[in-house]
Amino acid sequence: MTFPSLRPSLETRRVPAFAVSLLCCLLALGCRGREGSVTLAGSTAFQPFAEKLAEEYDDAHPEVNVTVQGGGSALGISAALNGAAQIGMADLVELPPDASALVATVVARDGIAVVVNPKNRIAEISMPKLRAVYMGKIRNWKELGGGDAPITVVSRESGSGTRSSFESILGRFDLTSDAIIQDSNGTIRETVANDGNAIGYLSYGLVNEKIRSVEVDGVPCSSENILAGSYRLVRPIYLLTLGAPRGTPKGFIDYVLGPAGQASIVADGLLPAPRGAASPAGGVSDAPAPGPEGGAR
Amino acid sequence: MNLGSDRLAPRLLLAVACTTMLCLLVIALFIFKEGLPFMVKVGLGDFLLSSDWRPDSGHFGILPMIVSSLWVTFGALLIGAPLGIAGAVFLAEFAPQGLMRVVKPAIELLSGIPSVVYGFIGVMVLAPFIRSAAGGPGLSILAAAIVLGVMILPTVMAIAIDALRSVPQSYREGALALGATKWQSVRMVVLVAARSGLLAGVILGMGRAIGETMAVIMVAGNAVKMPLSALDSARTLTANIALEMGYATGMHRQALFATGIVLFLVIMILNGLAGAALKRGSLKRRARGR
Repeated sequence: MTFPSLRPSLETRRVPAFAVSLLCCLLALGCRGREGSVTLAGSTAFQPFAEKLAEEYDDAHPEVNVTVQGGGSALGISAALNGAAQIGMADLVELPPDASALVATVVARDGIAVVVNPKNRIAEISMPKLRAVYMGKIRNWKELGGGDAPITVVSRESGSGTRSSFESILGRFDLTSDAIIQDSNGTIRETVANDGNAIGYLSYGLVNEKIRSVEVDGVPCSSENILAGSYRLVRPIYLLTLGAPRGTPKGFIDYVLGPAGQASIVADGLLPAPRGAASPAGGVSDAPAPGPEGGAR
Repeated sequence: MNLGSDRLAPRLLLAVACTTMLCLLVIALFIFKEGLPFMVKVGLGDFLLSSDWRPDSGHFGILPMIVSSLWVTFGALLIGAPLGIAGAVFLAEFAPQGLMRVVKPAIELLSGIPSVVYGFIGVMVLAPFIRSAAGGPGLSILAAAIVLGVMILPTVMAIAIDALRSVPQSYREGALALGATKWQSVRMVVLVAARSGLLAGVILGMGRAIGETMAVIMVAGNAVKMPLSALDSARTLTANIALEMGYATGMHRQALFATGIVLFLVIMILNGLAGAALKRGSLKRRARGR
């Protein structure tokens, strides 16, 4: 009589035991190799590059586990400050004052491409006009030499490094309240690709055939022009560490600055770090975040 | 042994139930602790009644977000509630049993689709369609309302079906015996008897619509301004918190917690209103019955 009633209870008791042992296994897996793990967080513009670099670094150093998270430059700064990530990624022209406690290493430079839908006829825009568009003072493509259609202004959320760089290069302004806000480079691209009247801006490395980048002040957004300094919408990409990088994070930053890392960055459309910083030894700037890069301006 | 577990089980369940309550309490306490000081500092007027949201320069007006949340939610109800209830009436009253066996699981499956998928379809299909058909940026209140309307459909429908089925068969038979047609018996008897259940479904749907975040961020465009038409881009309370929480610090962070308080209160007020409507409805019915 007792047996049939006992059996289900035994079985149900086995389920939690199984779950607990599974959890233990997962925890053990998670703990394994914690010594050699590095977490990067921040800039969504640099995130795909960091993911690829992390993969390459993992292949060369199987004992190290590199994790890459997005979240935006502001998150990169706060994560590096509070230790949530050993390395913060930020792509700001001017680092905010609270980042002064961090050591910033320039690992690459990135152009900000101004993009429109391929159907749009406009080929060029001047910086003052671009500013006026984003302030909401120019609201129709007609005023820019295009067709008679309202401009859909697309911008990033206010924690974005791309947005803060874009706004500070154009000269600080208040974004028009009509602007559509998207929270990553990828969604900016989708929005502009889907809307014939949209204008947006995103990392030069992420421009593809679904959108078209326009000339700014008559200069096309291209690697040559960014390197030569004639294209002006350029921001540096920083890896931020609390104190000078040491141990595993330093190993990764050195790899990014080394020939293999820089080659991978360039192959995917970013620009290499300025020459002075390209060697691992000189890569660590002890001075807190430098201002706008000389070569970029 | 058996007696011991018999005494133990209720206590264990009580403890579990208390944990749920405790979670709610802790969450509420935490949100209020983080957000209330901010509300006091900035002042309710500058927070709730200003439409100037520029956290970088110390302006924290969330009126556009409150209005947008309400617009989007009511838009979703306008689309989801009639469709859901009409579908439920058909399935519960008119459809053959075989059809019901196929359609009901399908509806339940619909509620299992992640919101990001709804959002994705909204961005790729709905927004371009609205842009070309009606103008505006496409990413708009209308797009969000339609996506949310479809998202709450399974909730509204499932509960409405249960409500209609719980109406005693004798009511229908009585109506038919008095000479009512099938449609008249449904409209005048079954729908009235199931009213509180139908409303409960709509309230649950409303809760889902106002709390939904991911799909809304994707299709509403998130512009911080007072929406003037259904084709305008808008940012809801939930989208505001989710978009900015990642990097907000100091006052800005507190402002987002305060936004959470407002969301909390808006949901409570809406639920309260719906509950009151429900109560009044049933009282009236009872009075009329007497």
